[in-house]
Amino acid sequence: MLTKRMALVGDALGHVALPGMGLALLFNLDISLGAFIFLFLGILLIWLFEMRTSLPTEALVGVIFVASLAIGFLIIPKLELLEALFGDISEVSLAMTVVSVIFSILIFWIIKKIYPNLILASVSSDLAKSEGIKVKKQNLIYLILIAAIVALGIKIVGSLLVGALVIIPAATARNLSKNLKGYYTGSIILGVLSCLFGIFIFKLTGLPAGPLIILVSTVFFIISLASKK
Amino acid sequence: MKEKTVLKVENLNVEFEREKILENLSFEVKEGEVIAILGPNGAGKTVLLKTLLSLIPFKGKIEWEPGIKIGYVPQRLPFIKDIPMNVKEFFELKNAKRNEIKKNLDSVALKEEILKKGIGDLSSGQFQRILIAWALVSNPQLLLFDEPTTGIDIGGQESIYELLGKLKKERNLTVLLVTHELNIIYRLASRCLCLNKKMLCYNIPKELTSERISQLYGEEIKLYQHSHE
Repeated sequence: MLTKRMALVGDALGHVALPGMGLALLFNLDISLGAFIFLFLGILLIWLFEMRTSLPTEALVGVIFVASLAIGFLIIPKLELLEALFGDISEVSLAMTVVSVIFSILIFWIIKKIYPNLILASVSSDLAKSEGIKVKKQNLIYLILIAAIVALGIKIVGSLLVGALVIIPAATARNLSKNLKGYYTGSIILGVLSCLFGIFIFKLTGLPAGPLIILVSTVFFIISLASKK
Repeated sequence: MKEKTVLKVENLNVEFEREKILENLSFEVKEGEVIAILGPNGAGKTVLLKTLLSLIPFKGKIEWEPGIKIGYVPQRLPFIKDIPMNVKEFFELKNAKRNEIKKNLDSVALKEEILKKGIGDLSSGQFQRILIAWALVSNPQLLLFDEPTTGIDIGGQESIYELLGKLKKERNLTVLLVTHELNIIYRLASRCLCLNKKMLCYNIPKELTSERISQLYGEEIKLYQHSHE
């Protein structure tokens, strides 16, 4: 996300998920499933809009995201709103955890496969195309994967903060790394550590886990700033 | 000896938002030729290269020799420094194997130690050479070279062209290059294509008289200068 100058897209997508979460809550479906369906629609719209105008992606995402936010607020029952916005990892069942892990592994595997092409396309889409890479298709796959990641993450930290989970570990790793390998392994390690520490503090204090996880990752980020000359 | 035609362009037209960028270009390139494309800023030189790579929609006919492998050396890659990446990782985006990387670094007179350096830490001359070596991965028969003189450190310029001459000999490359340097044209090019939206000439460098040049560039005769914006 960061390499594509789309840091805030992850954030906005969290909000795009909101109507889906609302519907899922109303019909007693899984939140991630509802979120993913709406994320998928949102991404498809963004992708289609992108071909019609030369506005930057972030602007298009902005339009979709505020609209979704509005719909979300209308749909979601007041009582559930807080959980939808901030998430609640303690509500996640074991079965759901297993499903999440399977999906995560799958996403990870696909990303790993298309990673060189993605990076090349973010270096220069011309260069990527000249190498025969189908950049548009690649971008769509990438966005769908992001949607899946956001849908999974939303359970943990909620729709308001899920963007942070996408951005902060990567930003921290960016500060600390000199090469690609350091960049992606760093992001993964920092993401996992933030979750572990956040949940640990949640167990100790009983404060909501979502915001704690984000704050822990923010602390890592600040430390990384200090270590960067 | 009958030379193979590797590229045939007929009535090539490119428009951006109703503005004509390229008008009725027709030319042929034979195997082993070095074609210098020259013209003032905004003449459509870069657009021509990109169109030949099918990166830009066009009207007319572009016929490549079937199965020909093309290497593209872009003018610049403004976003590459946003991504932490070392030189080795840059080559690995193209799945290059160690041996091939080494061979290509040799070709552009760089030492293997450079692989550990970050892309952002290279001098512009080194970066240019890396781009060439990168384009040479998978042994293209033809190189499209976009304005290799921009941003090259003084003193580095001369040797880039010596290098190009050497590469051409070693690998029997056909080269299309965008350039402002008359020196290069006289010493290296087998033909030059004068471009200012329309094709103004397509002849051997000897026929490139000063009248033609001033006709091509108008008042903007910067040809002997060694720096370009």
